[in-house]
Amino acid sequence: MSDNGTFKPVIVGFLCNWCSYRAADLAGTSRMGYPATLRDIRIMCTGRLDPTFVLRALQKGADGVLIMGCHPGQCHYQEGNYKAIRRFALLKRTLRQLGLEEERVQLHWASAAEGVRFAETVTRMTKEITALGPLDWSHNWPNEDPYALEEAAHE
Amino acid sequence: MSEQRVGVYVCHCGHNIAGTVDVEHVAEWSANLPNVVISRDNKFMCASTGQEQIEEDIKEFDLTHVVVASCSPHMHEKTFRNACARAGLNPYLFEMANIREHASWVHASDKDGATNKAKSLVSAAVHRVIHQEPLQPMQVDIRPETLVVGGGIAGIQTALEIADAGYHVYLVEREPSIGGHMAMFDKTFPTLDCSACILTPKMFDAGSHPHITLLSYSEVEQVDGYVGNFTVRVRRKARHVDEDLCTGCGSCWEKCPIKVIDTVFEAGLGSRKAIYRPFPQAVPKYPIIDVENCTYYKSGKCRMCEKVCPTEAIRFDQEDEILEVEVGNIVLATGFQLFDPRRIPNYGYGRLENVFTNLEFERLSNAAGPTEGKIVLRDGVTEPESVAIVHCVGSRDKNYNSHCSAICCMASLKFAHLVMEKTGAKVYNFYIDMRSISKGYEEFYHRIMEEGASFIRGKVSEITDAAHTPEEEGKLILVCEDTLIGRPRRVPVDMVILSAGLEPRADAQEVGYMFGAGCGDTGFFTERHPKLDPVATVTEGVFIAGACQGAKDIPDSVAQGAAAAARVLATISKKQVNLEPVRAEIDESRCSGCRICNNMCPYHAIDFIEADGVSRVNPALCKGCGTCVAACPSQVINGAHFTFDQLIAEIDGIMVDVTAGALEVV
Ligand SMILES: Cc1cc2nc3c(=O)[nH]c(=O)nc-3n(C[C@H](O)[C@H](O)[C@H](O)COP(=O)(O)OP(=O)(O)OC[C@H]3O[C@@H](n4cnc5c(N)ncnc54)[C@H](O)[C@@H]3O)c2cc1C
Ligand code: FES
Repeated sequence: MSDNGTFKPVIVGFLCNWCSYRAADLAGTSRMGYPATLRDIRIMCTGRLDPTFVLRALQKGADGVLIMGCHPGQCHYQEGNYKAIRRFALLKRTLRQLGLEEERVQLHWASAAEGVRFAETVTRMTKEITALGPLDWSHNWPNEDPYALEEAAHE
Repeated sequence: MSEQRVGVYVCHCGHNIAGTVDVEHVAEWSANLPNVVISRDNKFMCASTGQEQIEEDIKEFDLTHVVVASCSPHMHEKTFRNACARAGLNPYLFEMANIREHASWVHASDKDGATNKAKSLVSAAVHRVIHQEPLQPMQVDIRPETLVVGGGIAGIQTALEIADAGYHVYLVEREPSIGGHMAMFDKTFPTLDCSACILTPKMFDAGSHPHITLLSYSEVEQVDGYVGNFTVRVRRKARHVDEDLCTGCGSCWEKCPIKVIDTVFEAGLGSRKAIYRPFPQAVPKYPIIDVENCTYYKSGKCRMCEKVCPTEAIRFDQEDEILEVEVGNIVLATGFQLFDPRRIPNYGYGRLENVFTNLEFERLSNAAGPTEGKIVLRDGVTEPESVAIVHCVGSRDKNYNSHCSAICCMASLKFAHLVMEKTGAKVYNFYIDMRSISKGYEEFYHRIMEEGASFIRGKVSEITDAAHTPEEEGKLILVCEDTLIGRPRRVPVDMVILSAGLEPRADAQEVGYMFGAGCGDTGFFTERHPKLDPVATVTEGVFIAGACQGAKDIPDSVAQGAAAAARVLATISKKQVNLEPVRAEIDESRCSGCRICNNMCPYHAIDFIEADGVSRVNPALCKGCGTCVAACPSQVINGAHFTFDQLIAEIDGIMVDVTAGALEVV
């Protein structure tokens, strides 16, 4: 893929089961259009998000990763999203050192009633990543064993 | 690993999916994914034929795993899991790809994009599913006791239905008496029967039922546990009256020298004493001491109530009591609050004295109210000769609440009737649209028109006492654009009633969070499904009923109360409930005993076992969020159904085209 105006980014999404996944459902039920760039994976809570998952998605060729959970204070499991915020901060530091642009990996919130917010977030992120162009890590990064990756992430 | 045999089913959902996604192409393409032995498309997978297809294929092709690409798992995951189970396949060997809510419905303008996304989601599920393992749901006993929060008409109905079936109910009400808003009304539309006459017997039943523990003047402080086994901490605020001794005779409040404006029950129009019972039919019948206004708590003197009490029931030193109750199910029936019309300064409420709220009018019109049912101006004596009723105050207005409060049109008609009946005054209704959708409502509307009320279609922009003409002198003037004649109008009247709307309670968010029920964008509690599951919430064992779920009238509140009771009774009669086996387990042979996970768990479900030097998860407390799983530096906590391998496989599957270049539609 080249960056000649036809570039459509691939964004991998990690959505928590209780708020953001349902926000995406609501965007669907309400027929709110947004670009077909997001491919989402359901996890029970953003607290389950192992930083390895983000690295894996980028390694496999994603141009961006969008993590979405319940608003702070509204996590279905009380505080999983606070854990996610802390892990996200560390992960961002690592990614910055690897030269990754800020916009490529984002953490946002949407309650189960915020279909509009969900659709807007995907639309905005798609624009930002389209402007950055492809990431192409899949070609730069050998197909490593996920467990090795896991160790690297925890070091 | 023995041979994996995956079956893939791609649903058209009529045109819902197939109108956007090339379903047949997705099914054909999926046939080439690893381990797939059969891939089909089907008009409606959730129909019995679709489900039977899965069951037949499991047997015929000896399927070890099943993937259905259709709607959201929140819609039909259970349906397909059950189909697998019927064919002898463990339901957790099934996985769903959401290509409707997350693809066809949101990418209608990009058919290729939607089809590509559908393929990647199916691939993700196919890659993931082979790592899924058979799981057994955990069975827990359901406690037969139920907690009902809020003693308005909805909560009372719920409590009575459950108690009449023979099961125990704890009914927690924040105010000193149950009854909610309905206890304040004079008449109820559309039948105009007396509110107290139909409510009081129900309140009495709830207060005296052998299976109902009424905890009035109480609030829930903490909720722990899960469906079937909640532990709830309730604060019983001190009434300063010994309920075992008090007979409710009334000597205390008759003799109490302190008069206080009653802003709650009398909507500020009447007064009560510092020791008081909110209204004569209150349940329970015991008074409470208002500590803020009682002389004894200010100066240590008076004690008049104590002196006159024939049973020595006054307890100045009584303290709040904390009670723990164990229940299997919870019903929230916390109702609504009235929109504060001060927020619309143009309407002059609080500034122009003869502008009333609807609740104030209910009290004026009530024979047991401050004016004994006489409809008079704020001076307490003058009967109005003309009255304006303004509909939709604070409702259907994006500056305040965008929702329709559902009851204002009918309540306004009720007021029109009462004013005309009791005073003979001329009545003007200012409306935007008339909404009279329930049984008997349209007929009621016609009746009030025939009785002679005037209707002016237009939103009132201002209520003022600044007269332009001699006729307007001393009157309240309603300024509006009459949209039927297309002209601005000024209508002078003596009295204005504002039909203020129904809002979610100010603390709905906090209360909802405590019980695991969310609030939607209007602020009311969110139901599990707006059409098919209107009284359940996303939390198992927590239900909602009445106006806390959305603005509604009494018949609908009662119907929801009964519906919630039916749901609770169904779980009680099942005796046991299956809990999702999604939970964490530590591989103790590989645990290094670092204890990082111990503090991660919000439920304190992980203990460090000193003797073995390892951590262990208590499965009854674990809720399966997976936070510890992601935190374990040795990667030895298994998060069932969301394991490391499953999620990595899902990521690899979702990116299959980018890595293998295989996804583009031709
Ligand atoms: C002016 C007016 C006139 C109306 N007239 C009519 C009519 O004629 N006919 C009709 O059908 N409908 C009428 N309605 C609508 C009617 O009021 C509602 O349908 C009904 O009151 C809803 O009942 P509920 O039990 O859901 O809520 P509520 O009546 O609000 O009761 C909720 C109860 O829960 C308690 N509570 C709240 N939070 C907590 C908490 N955290 N812990 C413990 N307790 C709590 C409250 O104190 C209250 O007792 C009218 C409404 C208004 C405003
Ligand atoms: S459940 Fe949504 S962030 Fe925890």
